[in-house]
Amino acid sequence: MAITVKLPTQLRDTVGGAVSVQAEGATVAEALESVFQSHAELRDRLYQNGDLRRFVNVYLGGEDIRFLDGLQTALPDGAELTILPAVAGG
Amino acid sequence: MAAKQLKCRECSTEYALEARYVCSACFGPLEVDYDHERLADVGEVRRRIQGGPQNIWRYHDFLPLAGPQPRTRTGLPAGCTPLIRADRLAERLGLGEVWVKNDAANPTHSFKDRVVSVAATRARELGFDTLACASTGNLANSVAAHGAALGMASYVLIPADLEEQKVLATGVYGTNLVKVRGNYDDVNRLCTELSGDRENWAFVNINMRPYYAEGSKTVAYEIAEQLGWELPDRVVVPIASGSLYTKIAKGFAEFIDVGLLDGEVPTMNGAQATGCSPVAVAFRDGHDFCRPVKPDTIAKSLAIGNPADGPYALDLARATGGSIDMVDDDEIRAGIRLLAETTGVFTETAGGVTTAVLRKLAETGAIGPDERVVLVITGEGLKTLDAVRDSFPAHEVDPTIESFEEAFAESVPA
Repeated sequence: MAITVKLPTQLRDTVGGAVSVQAEGATVAEALESVFQSHAELRDRLYQNGDLRRFVNVYLGGEDIRFLDGLQTALPDGAELTILPAVAGG
Repeated sequence: MAAKQLKCRECSTEYALEARYVCSACFGPLEVDYDHERLADVGEVRRRIQGGPQNIWRYHDFLPLAGPQPRTRTGLPAGCTPLIRADRLAERLGLGEVWVKNDAANPTHSFKDRVVSVAATRARELGFDTLACASTGNLANSVAAHGAALGMASYVLIPADLEEQKVLATGVYGTNLVKVRGNYDDVNRLCTELSGDRENWAFVNINMRPYYAEGSKTVAYEIAEQLGWELPDRVVVPIASGSLYTKIAKGFAEFIDVGLLDGEVPTMNGAQATGCSPVAVAFRDGHDFCRPVKPDTIAKSLAIGNPADGPYALDLARATGGSIDMVDDDEIRAGIRLLAETTGVFTETAGGVTTAVLRKLAETGAIGPDERVVLVITGEGLKTLDAVRDSFPAHEVDPTIESFEEAFAESVPA
């Protein structure tokens, strides 16, 4: 399934400056894994010990995936994921 | 300036002192790193503080500005708010010594003026012409006012359901006021996305966050100076993102490090509303991270469901022998009344949370009889009037002695 992954400015250097990349997968984990296939450097920037780093937020349709099923959250075709730094605000 | 660089709290990667808030390597938060070596002459440092202006710029040596001490009669100087000895509150709670740091006495009536003063001044140094923020209300007031005072455009984004008083006290300054249909965490997400694309905007609590957060240290500096260069034993602080709570401890630690104070960082108690208590719940459950929540509380200024500094707040509470406690909406309303009736300080809902947590700590015996406790009151009661509406009787009388005496027949001696 075709997924769009929007990247924050802090990660765009890993994908040649692009604002977003295309992904494939039925879950958030699968979609990210498909991105790592072509942009290997992203994995260590986003993951630690096989899970999202604690200061990385991923949103599906504006909802933090931690409120859904985390990395196992199912993705409809055409879904848009947004990755953002967690440390902001307050 | 004494600030050397920005440094990642997680992996220690270093960056120049730019408008940057997150580590490119690990997404950890960046913090200002100082060289306090040059403050070796403690007597001179103390004299410079005491000879400084009656606002936060007296602590210029400890703030992340490149330029000289800002001119103090321009802009919107914050700080030097009263520290009040609250004997009647202490007596009511069975405590020995309680002080109230009343930060409602800032220019826009909350502690946010401290952080915005630092962020806005640093933003001008870095060449920004526009201020912006994601706010639960008090920050909105302060950013709009600082924009007006400094002649900078401003964009203030707030949840659409904010208290009317906080909306009015923002729009009046002529800002671009944006009511977002969502909660604070939605507003914050939107601003985080916007900040990536609006490179000439200084989002005070996003791309300026390392500088902004440093402003909260001045609460600790003032408490110590107002106590005659002594440390309190315990400080009770409200927690939204956890930034104020952790930076107050950093302020005490810095003054201890350079030799301005003798002793240890006080026991740090954090206060949250039950309806938005991700940090208090994580503390109770022994976790070192916070699970985000959807806020539902009258303490809207503390309604951050995904607190950025939550993990550091948990570390601090445990390291100082403190705790992070929560109180429900009725306890919050009672806290507002307790503070008002015993000190004459009318605080907003966040102060009700803090006071109610102090009461809870007193009742559970967590506070020793000889402790010197400081209660940090962060905002003004006139901004959250719904919390006290219809909570007391008023006597309506005719303008005659007879009518007055009839109303008070039982309580006024003849």
